[in-house]
Amino acid sequence: MSFKVPAALEAQLDELATHYPQRRSASLMFLHALQEHFGHVSNEAVEWTAAKLGLQPINVHELVTFYPMFRQQPLGRTHVKVCRTLSCALAGSAAIRRHFVEKLGLDAGRHGPQTTPDGGFTVEFVECLASCGTAPVVMVNDDLVERCTTADCDRIVAAGSGKGGSR
Amino acid sequence: MPTEHRLILKNADAPGYTPDIDCYLRHGGYESLRKALATPARELPDGKKQSPQEVIRDEVLKSGLRGRGGAGFSAGLKWSFVDRRSGKPIYLVCNADESEPGTFKDRQILHKDPHQLVEGMIISCWANDVRLAYIYIRGEMPHGARLLNQALSEARAKGFLGKNILGTGFDLEIHVHRGAGAYICGEETGLIESLEGKRAYPRIKPPYFPAVLGLYMSPTIVNNVETLCAVRHIVAMGAAEYAKLGTPNNTGTRIVSLSGDVVRPGYFEIEVGKATLGELIFDPAFGGGLKPGRKLKAIIPGGSSSKVLKAGEKFRLRRKGADGQMVQVETDLLDLPYDFDSLQQAGTMSGSGAIIVMDDSRDMVDALANLSEFYAHESCGQCTPCREGALWMAKGLERLTHGGGRGEDAEYLLHIAQNIQGRTICAFGEAAAWPVLSFVRKFKDDFVARGKADEDARARGVIPSHHH
Repeated sequence: MSFKVPAALEAQLDELATHYPQRRSASLMFLHALQEHFGHVSNEAVEWTAAKLGLQPINVHELVTFYPMFRQQPLGRTHVKVCRTLSCALAGSAAIRRHFVEKLGLDAGRHGPQTTPDGGFTVEFVECLASCGTAPVVMVNDDLVERCTTADCDRIVAAGSGKGGSR
Repeated sequence: MPTEHRLILKNADAPGYTPDIDCYLRHGGYESLRKALATPARELPDGKKQSPQEVIRDEVLKSGLRGRGGAGFSAGLKWSFVDRRSGKPIYLVCNADESEPGTFKDRQILHKDPHQLVEGMIISCWANDVRLAYIYIRGEMPHGARLLNQALSEARAKGFLGKNILGTGFDLEIHVHRGAGAYICGEETGLIESLEGKRAYPRIKPPYFPAVLGLYMSPTIVNNVETLCAVRHIVAMGAAEYAKLGTPNNTGTRIVSLSGDVVRPGYFEIEVGKATLGELIFDPAFGGGLKPGRKLKAIIPGGSSSKVLKAGEKFRLRRKGADGQMVQVETDLLDLPYDFDSLQQAGTMSGSGAIIVMDDSRDMVDALANLSEFYAHESCGQCTPCREGALWMAKGLERLTHGGGRGEDAEYLLHIAQNIQGRTICAFGEAAAWPVLSFVRKFKDDFVARGKADEDARARGVIPSHHH
């Protein structure tokens, strides 16, 4: 995929940069917007952001490697984040993750994010999602699934399997 | 019988209540802002004159409001430290990076009543001569960020925000800034670095106190979402009325997040100190008790960083006796009033107001292993004791929970934790060390037994089972 930031997105980012007295402050917001558009933060996106904000690429690259939400590889079209921290763990989040992983043919023993070969799903454990009262919780792309059951997992997998195209 | 006292969450869950400005205005929204902006200057009995802004700052100080993010520091004092003579702009940043495990109170405000936060922020900015402010919201709340942006543009359209607010000549802009999944951004100087577009490495204090050298090396106020909402109510009620809520030195209301092994997990807004830990867990108005047949084992009382409390523990609290003298009163764990000072006297903290309950079906070694993995993942990596130590503790506990334990692991864990606390730039070092220190000390037999069982199994040539 060639790297081309659409004019509308660039205009939106130019406006965002005006929110700060120092342009460097806009880096995180730029990376969010570029990741949302391209599905991940590529080297080209890092260099583009650096050039736009008057920074060296390393100033942006070190953000991508520091902040867990930024991805250097494409993600699955449906991104499943299962909360693993204490309250969700007490409510059975390990079983929820295992259910997703097994249903999608991924490796339950492997740490870190895993993507299905067809690019349909990425499943990973993440740290506390700040919804401990409705544990266990899962984020499916931007949406929070509260009191997640294995039936919810099946529904999420079925819904995601119907999606075509790439992110 | 204690009940909820909903001040900040008064409307959030009311049927038909929506996060848009029309609904907010129908419920008295932005009236406190109007009241604040119309505050007259006043002369104190000693002849000292206070500007309208000083009056509001004084009200917040007198209200006794303590920060709801975790440290519980006086909000009014924090404001009083702001360097107002530097000639540099003063910034205000709302810390909406809610990420202390167990905590989910700010989420309710951000998603259900965002204008209340916006109003509290505008008042706070006006009172502190702030012209530019940010809401730093955690990256995993994209809907919250959209709702806030919507709320800000609605407020702008109505003249509550932007140039010449309500004709007073006061200009203010507020922008939403999204984090990207790093717990350390909840630490105020880490948050500031992150807002400057850098890795969220906390700054060392001194000299980098935000009130003097904060965002862009300018004076900066960082306040939690709930704290800023409370400001709106202090203005509405007056400091004296607000201070009647709660208990002495622990005034107002706060939202308690309750999770873990209770029948009814959830968030409950209480007058600070007017409900005990036991009531919050067992009362039908709150947690509704443990699951059938279960007994209490442990309580994490103020977010995962707070020291764990063991069922049956007793504490000596300092209380004012009938004759006005301070006396020591023996208090059972479940009778601890849920406030800042009582929890501190019990050797822990009420922190972010998040209670995680564990019953007798839970293994404390497993629970600590879970938390230590969190801290190992979230250490920013700046200070060696924390970067290395948090990982060693997590690895030690991983081994102990997967068949590779040793009898001496309990001491080993304590040794590492003791060498982290007090040796780092920010309080994350303590946050990582305290769960280990408290779990291992209070449940030492469990940790030693687990390690010894593994040793025995190895001695007998039995390969320990690995359970994933």
